[in-house]
Amino acid sequence: MNVTNLASIASALVAAAALVTAAPTQAFADAESILQSQCASCHALQAPVNNIAKSERLSRIAPPLHFAGNKYNRDWLVSWLSNPSPIHPAGYFPQRHIINTGDGDTLDTDVRFAHPTLSTAEADTVATALMLLKSKSALIEADTYQPGTVAMRMGVMDFRRFKGCDACHQDSTTSGGLSGPLLYNSARRLQAAYLSSFILNPVAWDPNTVMPVLEMNEPAVHKLVHYLMMLEE
Amino acid sequence: MRNQLKNIVRVTGIGALTFLANPGIAFGAEADGAALYDMYCVQCHGTQGNGKGINASHINVQPRSHIDKGEMSARSDAELFKVIAEGGPAINKSVLMPAWRHNLNESEIEALVAHLRKLCCEN
Ligand code: HEC
Ligand code: HEC
Ligand code: HEC
Repeated sequence: MNVTNLASIASALVAAAALVTAAPTQAFADAESILQSQCASCHALQAPVNNIAKSERLSRIAPPLHFAGNKYNRDWLVSWLSNPSPIHPAGYFPQRHIINTGDGDTLDTDVRFAHPTLSTAEADTVATALMLLKSKSALIEADTYQPGTVAMRMGVMDFRRFKGCDACHQDSTTSGGLSGPLLYNSARRLQAAYLSSFILNPVAWDPNTVMPVLEMNEPAVHKLVHYLMMLEE
Repeated sequence: MRNQLKNIVRVTGIGALTFLANPGIAFGAEADGAALYDMYCVQCHGTQGNGKGINASHINVQPRSHIDKGEMSARSDAELFKVIAEGGPAINKSVLMPAWRHNLNESEIEALVAHLRKLCCEN
């Protein structure tokens, strides 16, 4: 745990240093200033130094971005930042959007999705700056995923029936639970090693995550990743 | 904080405000069972603990109603602790009830057991 912490602090420092030294161009300085002035109020851009109390998650507004470079595909970032759309069908913290009907919960449909939108040029430089934030490189380096395939029918059964991922995640626009981020665009949005490492141990990525550790071995995780990587939007 | 509040409202609409104004959701020095339940369990078991959370219609097995006095009284505290820590299979129930021992420490799980006792039997 301490080693991981040190490693992530170290890589955060390296990333920060890279931001400073690799900013000879005006575009880059602009990206840094956009991140600080327009994004940091909602998104964590630096890894927390100590383990933080659970209450932190309840007041968190948006997903942390201090491991953006370990998580996203750059092309997806550029297109999403210039044309954002919901990723968490029920919002980042669904409990804020629930209406209790007296006979079960439904989502408050009055809550509208809105996110700052960047021009394509801004999105491009901001994506470059985000891809340098790699507080979790140690987890990616420890991951053993190799690309592969799985029979589609087996993948569906595994994701939905056997592992119960669809209790919280959508693997198609019409199927799956609402509390977790949608996953049918995983291949375009996320790096395969991130999928693998996060599914194996979400708590290592975020001690206050709302996703349970599903206690699977690596081959079982890798089959789910094959499936997610094969999904088409 | 004031700025953040404005931002929350911009991004999430009214919902956030009612949430923030809810005094029930705060963690004290001791693990707070109600807040932990809200954070981890409500997504499936529902805001009222009746098993009808926003995910419930996507789960093959209905999440247990925690307000069912009969069913819940049949379980000892030790069994409740076990199923929360180790997941459904630990008490011969569905894998769709996940294990939480990696997300929660012992005192947090104990706080949840105490909260379940309130939900089922103190109304
Ligand atoms: C007012 C708060 C707020 C501000 C300001 C904000 N964001 Fe976000 N951002 C959010 C929320 C909430 C989400 C989650 C949306 C969803 O999942 O549906 C999000 C999602 C994202 C995501 C996708 C994260 C993921 O993994 O789901 C990225 C990338 C992102 N924001 C980047 C930025 C950048 C870059 C800026 C600054 C230009 C910015 N955001 C400004 C609230 C904010
Ligand atoms: C109890 C609900 C729940 C279950 C069951 C669940 N997840 Fe998650 N998952 C989440 C939530 C919530 C997140 C977002 C992380 C957070 O907010 O803490 C997440 C995040 C993820 C991510 C990272 C996506 C991102 O945007 O960072 C992947 C990949 C993922 N889950 C895959 C799976 C797979 C595969 C399974 C089944 C083995 C599964 N999940 C089961 C709730 C769940
Ligand atoms: C992914 C959805 C999901 C989440 C999240 C979830 N549960 Fe469950 N839970 C279930 C399902 C489904 C069952 C019913 C299992 C069965 O009947 O075979 C269940 C059953 C239970 C039981 C009853 C066991 C029995 O029959 O006596 C308890 C106690 C319980 N859950 C507590 C919790 C607590 C506490 C949390 C939060 C830390 C939680 N659950 C989170 C889905 C979930």
